[in-house]
Amino acid sequence: MSEALAPAVLATPRRVTEEAPLTRYLLIGVAVAFLGLFLLLPLAAVFTEALGKGVGAFFATFDEPDAVAAIRLTLIVAAIVVPLNAAFGVSAAWAIAKFSFPGKSVLITLIDLPFSVSPVVSGLVYVLVFGAQGMFGPFVKAQGIQVVFAIPGIVLATIFVTFPFVARELIPLMQEQGTVEEEAALTLGASGFRTFLTVTLPNIKWGLLYGVLLANARAMGEFGAVSVVSGHIRGLTNTIPLQVEILYNEYNIVSAFALASLLAGLALVTLGIKTLLEWRYAGQIAGRRRH
Amino acid sequence: MRSISISRRALGAALAIAASLSIFSGPAAQAATALLNVSYDPTRELYKAINPVFIADWKAKTGETIEVQASHAGSGAQARAVIDGLAADVVTLALAADIDAIAAKSGKIAPDWQKKLPNNASPYTSTIVFLVRKGNPKKIKNWDDLAKPGVSVVTPNPKTSGGARWNYLGAWGYALKKFNGDEAKTKEFVKAIYKNAPVLDTGARGSTITFAQRGLGDVLIAWENEAFLAFEEFGKDKFEIVVPTVSVLAEPPVAVVDGNVDAKGTRKAAEAYVNFLYTPAAQAIIAKNYYRPAHPEFAAKADLKRLPKLELFTVDAVFGGWAKAQKTHFADGGVFDDIQKQDAAAR
Amino acid sequence: MADSTSVVKKTARSFPAPSVIPGFAPTFGLTILYLGLIVLFPLSLLVLRASELGLSGLYSVATEPRVAAALRTSFFISFAAAAIDVVFGLVVAWVLTRYEFPGRRFLDAIVDLPFALPTAVAGIALAALYAPNGWLGAPLAEYDVKIAFTRWGILIALVFVGLPFVVRTVQPLLAEIDAELEEASATLGASRAQTVWRVLLPPLLPALLTGFALAFARSVGEYGSVIFIAGNLAYISEIAPLLIIVKLEQFDYAGATGIATIMLAISFAVLLAINLIQAWSQKRFGHV
Repeated sequence: MSEALAPAVLATPRRVTEEAPLTRYLLIGVAVAFLGLFLLLPLAAVFTEALGKGVGAFFATFDEPDAVAAIRLTLIVAAIVVPLNAAFGVSAAWAIAKFSFPGKSVLITLIDLPFSVSPVVSGLVYVLVFGAQGMFGPFVKAQGIQVVFAIPGIVLATIFVTFPFVARELIPLMQEQGTVEEEAALTLGASGFRTFLTVTLPNIKWGLLYGVLLANARAMGEFGAVSVVSGHIRGLTNTIPLQVEILYNEYNIVSAFALASLLAGLALVTLGIKTLLEWRYAGQIAGRRRH
Repeated sequence: MRSISISRRALGAALAIAASLSIFSGPAAQAATALLNVSYDPTRELYKAINPVFIADWKAKTGETIEVQASHAGSGAQARAVIDGLAADVVTLALAADIDAIAAKSGKIAPDWQKKLPNNASPYTSTIVFLVRKGNPKKIKNWDDLAKPGVSVVTPNPKTSGGARWNYLGAWGYALKKFNGDEAKTKEFVKAIYKNAPVLDTGARGSTITFAQRGLGDVLIAWENEAFLAFEEFGKDKFEIVVPTVSVLAEPPVAVVDGNVDAKGTRKAAEAYVNFLYTPAAQAIIAKNYYRPAHPEFAAKADLKRLPKLELFTVDAVFGGWAKAQKTHFADGGVFDDIQKQDAAAR
Repeated sequence: MADSTSVVKKTARSFPAPSVIPGFAPTFGLTILYLGLIVLFPLSLLVLRASELGLSGLYSVATEPRVAAALRTSFFISFAAAAIDVVFGLVVAWVLTRYEFPGRRFLDAIVDLPFALPTAVAGIALAALYAPNGWLGAPLAEYDVKIAFTRWGILIALVFVGLPFVVRTVQPLLAEIDAELEEASATLGASRAQTVWRVLLPPLLPALLTGFALAFARSVGEYGSVIFIAGNLAYISEIAPLLIIVKLEQFDYAGATGIATIMLAISFAVLLAINLIQAWSQKRFGHV
């Protein structure tokens, strides 16, 4: 790595706005070491432990009915949560980015709130609302609906946790793009919805896609909030992360990490697509800002 | 006109959301009849073995197909979930106090639940033993050795784990006997043990993983069945089981959740399930999984032989019952809180 | 008739400011409705439940020694972790934006890993790494250094969780800073170190503060990745979110909602602080 690096750095004469080569190497070294230690090593550990007893043991994990049920539940939850939050994100970004109104920053802060609420609290609030001792607990029970400790509770907690992802990705992007193009389209007689479809959407599609991907990764991987509302019924209300915990607690370390590697793989694919998008469509993604 | 159309659109949006929310309201998919057994952490293997036998038995007797679902977590967490509405038909928890809590806080279980089934509603008992590393390098023989400086003890958090409470009571009961009922000395003794604990996991399983898989500590205080299981699971060349001279007789009880089975119409099956646990077939499985069956006569001799003989005391005899033990030792501001506070101040 | 009055009303209130862009009412309405249903209503119920305690009750929950210790643990370690993230996050952001080297794009992508990797997976992976028999834990144990199941374990998990917040807040600014500023500084005789310290860093300060606050807010509430690697010893390595669970399992709803409310208030305060920092930065530096 350093051999490939050396000529590239030395070939260009040093400019006043650059650091001495030694400083550069040092900084690059620090950054690589830090990222390696804190990010790559845990990732490597997941895959190493997953394959620790061979490929056979790895794939055997996915034959277990409980694991299959967990994967199915996770997909169902994501399939409900992600479109809802995407629709909300687009609509919130439209209202916030294309118009100016008082109290906008308060609104943005409130949208951000789920980012910094502890996942445990995110789960707890739904127990307080819909639990048997909660405000609407008796009501939903009278309707014969099970919310907490069933799929609806898991969906609600996941919506809460992934609530801001799409909106947060789109707001800065749409703010940057302004309203000129939309105004032009409207002047030419396009309807509002048509304007959105043909003018706005193409401008934000990659940002939207990345927001959706991040929301999806988080929705499939959420642990704390889901753990509080799940009830842990095997084959019924365990999502992949909960199943990982169960397997881990059953001394089934290989299967736990095998299932975990599925989520880690999803994370990698998410990041891969994002990098690809950034590389091809730089400027159409605001993803470099905070999430 | 315009304002009306806007509000109509807003209404439409509201309806769209309401409609999409109503997707959630479908109840979780249910088989014809399904029983949910909400249990504590270490019984996963036990009920995995018992459930198919019960299902076959039920089918033979009634011709009905039944499904038994299982949920496992810390005993306190499970009790909390049932109180908050987890639709358990049957609870099989680590200690009576947790079922008492469900009875008191949700009213879904009759207060006299423990009298409805034989043996204080415990189809099996167990006790607390030690798991040490091969060769027993720290020479751990009895509870005294856990209180010695330099010994690292792994045990879960009595605040969150049922098993951990049995561990604590085991140590306390032993010391109380050793010091002829001197409470102050007993407390110092138990404090010394917890001072040796580098980590308090939230559940019994977490502690076993920490000790066996992650290599932390010299000794694990554990359920007898949990110790044997870890012993089998992780290899007999790595660990040894040490049996103290005296320990606590743990009685993990079971109960039918009246409020839930009446609502779901599953009372007959739920009652059959808890009663099935006392049958010869289930008792044999219980002994096979290293628990002490209520009816040893139904168990295989070889299985019973594995269980060591030791002096066992009951919570009723030493602590005056679970309700009292819970209040004195584990409630907020109780003895355990005090021990932790003093311990932290000393560290 | 109805038409004209509504228009008049609109301009008089000017909410939103007049615009030819359509669709404010439905999108704004949907946003408020959804936000209200999913976030605000449940959270306000939490506050309502905690308010049964009253202010004095809330105070006594917060000052109960074990709760106070857990809050302190969560805060101090989150603070330390965020501080570490600021230092190394700046270096990482600097290297990623300013230098070209093999593997740069890969590292750039991997920075987002903590966003995308489930916290529980991170937790068991970190526990596996730093346990006394793990890849890193074993060699460290030789020197009697213990990471897993101590406060250090919590710190490592929180550094992991918070890193992308700092990098991703600082990176775009670093890329945008005008090269002319640096050139001017160099021409005026400043050394490179002086240029970096005096010219480049000050405008980055708000972004660093924002990144710090975001990492901090996320860390305080973090549960999944910490729980597997923390020792969970009361007064020592027990974090506040765990204590909420502990309280719940003791059927102490008031205590649990009390702690949750305190943490919620703190999250909100931190977010507000971020907004203030950004407003200040907008004024001072003309960018966020």
